Amino acid sequence: MWSFLLRRLTGMLVVMGLVATLVFFLTRLAPGDPAALMLGDQASAADIATLRAVYGLDQPLLVQFGLWLKEILKGDLGQSIFLQRPVTQALMERAEPTFFLALFSVAIAAFIGLPAGIVSAVWRGRFIDQFVSALAMLAANIPSFWLGLLVIQIFAVKFHLFPVAGYGDPGASFFERLRHLVLPASVLGLVNSALITRFTRASMLDMLSEDFIRTARSKGLSEWVVILRHAFGNALIPVMTVVGLTAALMVGGAIVTETVFGLPGVGNLVVSAVLRRDYPVIQGALIVVAAIYVLINLAIDLIYAWADPRVRVQ
Amino acid sequence: MITAAEINLFIRRLFRRKLVMLAALILMLFVGGAIFAPFITPFDPSMMKLVRRLKPPSTVNFLGTDEFGRDILSRIIYGAQASLGIGFLVVLFSMGVGIFLGLIAGYMKSLDAPIMRLADAMMALPDILLAIFLMAVLGPSAGNVVLALSIVYAPRVVRVVRASTLVVSALPFVEAARALGVSTTRILRVHILLNIASPILVQATFIFAYAVLAEAGLSFLGAGVPPEVPTWGTMIATGQQYADDAFWVVLFPGLAIVLATLSLQLIGDGLRDMLDPKLRKAL
Repeated sequence: MWSFLLRRLTGMLVVMGLVATLVFFLTRLAPGDPAALMLGDQASAADIATLRAVYGLDQPLLVQFGLWLKEILKGDLGQSIFLQRPVTQALMERAEPTFFLALFSVAIAAFIGLPAGIVSAVWRGRFIDQFVSALAMLAANIPSFWLGLLVIQIFAVKFHLFPVAGYGDPGASFFERLRHLVLPASVLGLVNSALITRFTRASMLDMLSEDFIRTARSKGLSEWVVILRHAFGNALIPVMTVVGLTAALMVGGAIVTETVFGLPGVGNLVVSAVLRRDYPVIQGALIVVAAIYVLINLAIDLIYAWADPRVRVQ
Repeated sequence: MITAAEINLFIRRLFRRKLVMLAALILMLFVGGAIFAPFITPFDPSMMKLVRRLKPPSTVNFLGTDEFGRDILSRIIYGAQASLGIGFLVVLFSMGVGIFLGLIAGYMKSLDAPIMRLADAMMALPDILLAIFLMAVLGPSAGNVVLALSIVYAPRVVRVVRASTLVVSALPFVEAARALGVSTTRILRVHILLNIASPILVQATFIFAYAVLAEAGLSFLGAGVPPEVPTWGTMIATGQQYADDAFWVVLFPGLAIVLATLSLQLIGDGLRDMLDPKLRKAL
């Protein structure tokens, strides 16, 4: 188990190192001098030169990269150009809506996808299977921002059931903030349920053809015990992977959804940073999102190894 | 004797194929519309008629008019040019790079790890986040959308191609070719590439669909194609502020996206079923 953990951790560090390298050097491909961008149009050449020195931008690129990496390892993602505060602080301030949006979306996606996948596998080839598969395919191909605009029109503008946009006043109660998340989380959850449905169906089909299912049936267990406990119980491990990955990808999917619903989350922060070319914020967000993705993956791997000894040996 | 299950399978297969046929027909309509746009659009897509702004669908403007009185149907047909054109180019470029790197990673052990770790690193970033970051670096233009999305989707191709290459290159005929002294490039090109063509083709249709969706998303966020170019994404983006009074401004371009990407996915699924001999037997 320990050597497995060590291997996974090394792999994770390599991937994170590569992400950092990619993010740093790609940013430097961007036209325009970051110092000039920071100071605006009115700045003199001398001012720009001074600022370049302050931020170490006059150093060789590799030295800059080393310095930047050192700061990141200390947990310092730099200063935002436009927000007048550290990137870490800006991200933390925006973390709450994104966290709850992702959490509820995953819950909704799983709540739709797991039963749909099971039903689809159990009645494979029947009408219900085709119906569920068709719905899943449709859900996967709906642009989330478009669906968002439609549900806003229907549930907020027309029937006034939910707020149109935003996250409530700064002092709003938790319940009030939750009310603002119902529509965005439903949209994001529905769009992402497709992958979970398809994956659950495939894993359940694999399991239902296993010998131990025949054994369970021949023992005289009721069909639902066989399906839910024996088949789904074993299919749960691969299905968990896809739920975990959905959670990780949700952070990215949240970008578009947050923009449509005007949620003041990390996604919204990233979009405005992109439009203002606030590179430290974009870099910081990319590093954090990649870290979350890699950590979720690591967690899945560990759960896998813990639940299934065969994985550890490989 | 024919069992009920067999009839069921037959119906399902027919249903599937019919759907694939329908999907192909819809896609052909879109592609045809894009190519022959100047001849079939009822109006000039950029002709403004302020007296007819935000008019609901009617016998004059089948899908209504937008905030400048422009005909939405004509704009959707012209939008197909940009949206499908960008999608197609993304497929072309991401496939080109992805197939090349995937073949190398799958066939040459020493280059496998570096290529795959790089692909892993890129896939650790959600599609749209990586795309929007690249757009921030490159600047907004249609060409840069193609470049950014090609970079985003190339690692997916690399993974599929590498996995298929590993399987095929372990087969006896590849070993035989090597023993006969066939050059590596020829083995890769003839013996391996031609044998992994079907998973690549299937992947291509999926990437086409993803790219159309992603382009719309980027344009919606303001980080894609400049708003004056009619794509389905920019139409929704500029139309959203009028959605309260004129829902058709966002409804129809979105339907166009759903129809086009759904058709592509159905075609991809159909191709997979038809090309995969294992699956064909199972069905």
